[in-house]
Amino acid sequence: MTYVIVGSGPAGVVAAETICKLDPNGQVVMVGDEPDPPYSRMAIPYLLINNIDEQGTYLRKDPEHFGNAIKHVHGVAESVDAEAKTLILADGRKLDYEALLVSTGSRPILPPVPGIDGERVTTCWTLEDARKITATLKPDASVVLIGAGFIGCIILEALVSSGANLTVVEMGDRMVPRMLDETSGGLLKKWCQEKGVNVMTSAQVESIDHHSDKAVVKISNDRHVEAELVISAAGVRANADFLEGTEIELKNGAVAVDRYMCSSVPGIYAAGDAACGLDFSTSDYSVQAIQPTAVEHGRVAAANMVRHGSVLHQGCINMNVLDTIGLVSVSYGQWQGVEGGDHAALLDRDRFRYINLQFDGDTLVGANTLGITQHIGILRGLIQGQFKLGKWKQRLMDNPMQLMEAYLAATQGA
Amino acid sequence: MLRSLNINPDKCTGCLQCEMACSFENEGVFNPAKSRIKIFTFHDEGRFVPYTCTQCDEAWCLHACPVEAIRMNRETGAMEILDSVCVGCKVCTIACPFGTVNYNQTTGKVIKCDLCGGDPQCAQACPTEAITYVDADATGLEKMRAWASKTDNQAHAN
Ligand SMILES: Cc1cc2nc3c(=O)[nH]c(=O)nc-3n(C[C@H](O)[C@H](O)[C@H](O)COP(=O)(O)OP(=O)(O)OC[C@H]3O[C@@H](n4cnc5c(N)ncnc54)[C@H](O)[C@@H]3O)c2cc1C
Ligand code: SF4
Repeated sequence: MTYVIVGSGPAGVVAAETICKLDPNGQVVMVGDEPDPPYSRMAIPYLLINNIDEQGTYLRKDPEHFGNAIKHVHGVAESVDAEAKTLILADGRKLDYEALLVSTGSRPILPPVPGIDGERVTTCWTLEDARKITATLKPDASVVLIGAGFIGCIILEALVSSGANLTVVEMGDRMVPRMLDETSGGLLKKWCQEKGVNVMTSAQVESIDHHSDKAVVKISNDRHVEAELVISAAGVRANADFLEGTEIELKNGAVAVDRYMCSSVPGIYAAGDAACGLDFSTSDYSVQAIQPTAVEHGRVAAANMVRHGSVLHQGCINMNVLDTIGLVSVSYGQWQGVEGGDHAALLDRDRFRYINLQFDGDTLVGANTLGITQHIGILRGLIQGQFKLGKWKQRLMDNPMQLMEAYLAATQGA
Repeated sequence: MLRSLNINPDKCTGCLQCEMACSFENEGVFNPAKSRIKIFTFHDEGRFVPYTCTQCDEAWCLHACPVEAIRMNRETGAMEILDSVCVGCKVCTIACPFGTVNYNQTTGKVIKCDLCGGDPQCAQACPTEAITYVDADATGLEKMRAWASKTDNQAHAN
């Protein structure tokens, strides 16, 4: 059997490895358009602060890892001929497949602002971007970060610890509005401000004027900030455009997949940021754009590429962890709550500690935390295990910090 | 034959010897707060439950790690953190549904039970045999793992 995988990020690499395990005689070709060995975008923030070198970002450290079993080809996929079962590359090469995986990930979208395409503006998405940022980032450099979403906040930490004078401009009314509720998102803003970051929320960049030695960033309400570097982190979009014009159905710009990670065209699968897959909590299909989901998609897709129908995807739980200048925040599942559900919260504003639990009946369905790092994974255990908490629900309503005890009671009858 | 920790809460008296031994072995200090094994106290029920990583087959932490910093020790079956590779992203701490990988703010890395390389000090220290290190088959850890099969995609794909 011949398998072709487009995109060699975590979803593609894990899929390739899984296929090799399940079908040792299969031919696996993995096509990637980046010049570097497969790497993890997640590790980029640690590269920016010199915690690791570029090799430290590689998904697989052994240069011989892919060996002969997985053929890694450099190229840009341009279209798919589903009828003929061929993937067509930009340089005209054609790759025949029996099963195809689209794991092309996503890319940052630039806000439509005059001057956004100027020299001093960059995204922070690839190793190439990271090189550009490191070259400019010096202590006391003035930097404007557009967007305080998940990705923006992840790079924020690196920018601050490099000694930059940082201004963050966020459209929403708080930081990470799609991951943290008002209380925790507001507290995180206060935390950043106390650490010397200039955070503007409910604010918009209106234009960027480029001068020889700096850029002047105009921000709503007549504000402006001078910057040596502007980093745009204002949302992402799936790399699925190359499939437009084919029969492959797209949803939210990504490949719509079923519970076998199969697209609307048999034999063509999708995984990771490029796939609109099942969400465990909502039973809806969405693009989560997180690393653990990419890996899980990769495994499920691979199993079904080898033997269609062999693994039914149970849905991925949306989960994020952020470290913002030493303050750790976490979100799981339906942290916004569900209709008719209950919630419990505990707040220690002075110590920047917070926990918000969301219940549906007596099962936990979502959570946000701030400043809590011990045993945090148990939230996943409780949510994904869908345990009935019984009397422990009330105990958690009274003291949400008793999570471990509730878990042990639910699983071991402790 | 792989061995694993067998925990019998009925025998635990809450003396915290295991926490002390663990923190001393791994952090060089007698400080239960730095232990990888934790005793949970149920005041109302008068019960103590020792709790740590079961080195589960699913290895959620290992699969979640973006930089291959978690590896399985083939001799002990333990998932071990490679400090030199770990970037401290904490994704393993939210991916582990047992809550047994913890972030250590002082080092900027994560810590978890590694079975002390095959000679777990908690089991050595436990005076009541609430924690023993025995053949993996005999541990009945299935109970703790039972829920995983419900939601697990990876077990089947392997
Ligand atoms: C700075 C940063 C920090 C992050 N931090 C976290 C975090 O802490 N936690 C978390 O869960 N997630 C984080 N993420 C998100 C995470 O990195 C992504 O969810 C993950 O990379 C998705 O994996 P993937 O394999 O689907 O796609 P990608 O990793 O994007 O890989 C896709 C690959 O396909 C290539 N490609 C695209 N189009 C084509 C084409 N036409 N032909 C050939 N190749 C193509 C791409 O260039 C890329 O190499 C972060 C992302 C960034 C940028
Ligand atoms: S914290 Fe370290 S071990 Fe855990 S996932 Fe991140 S890099 Fe891997």
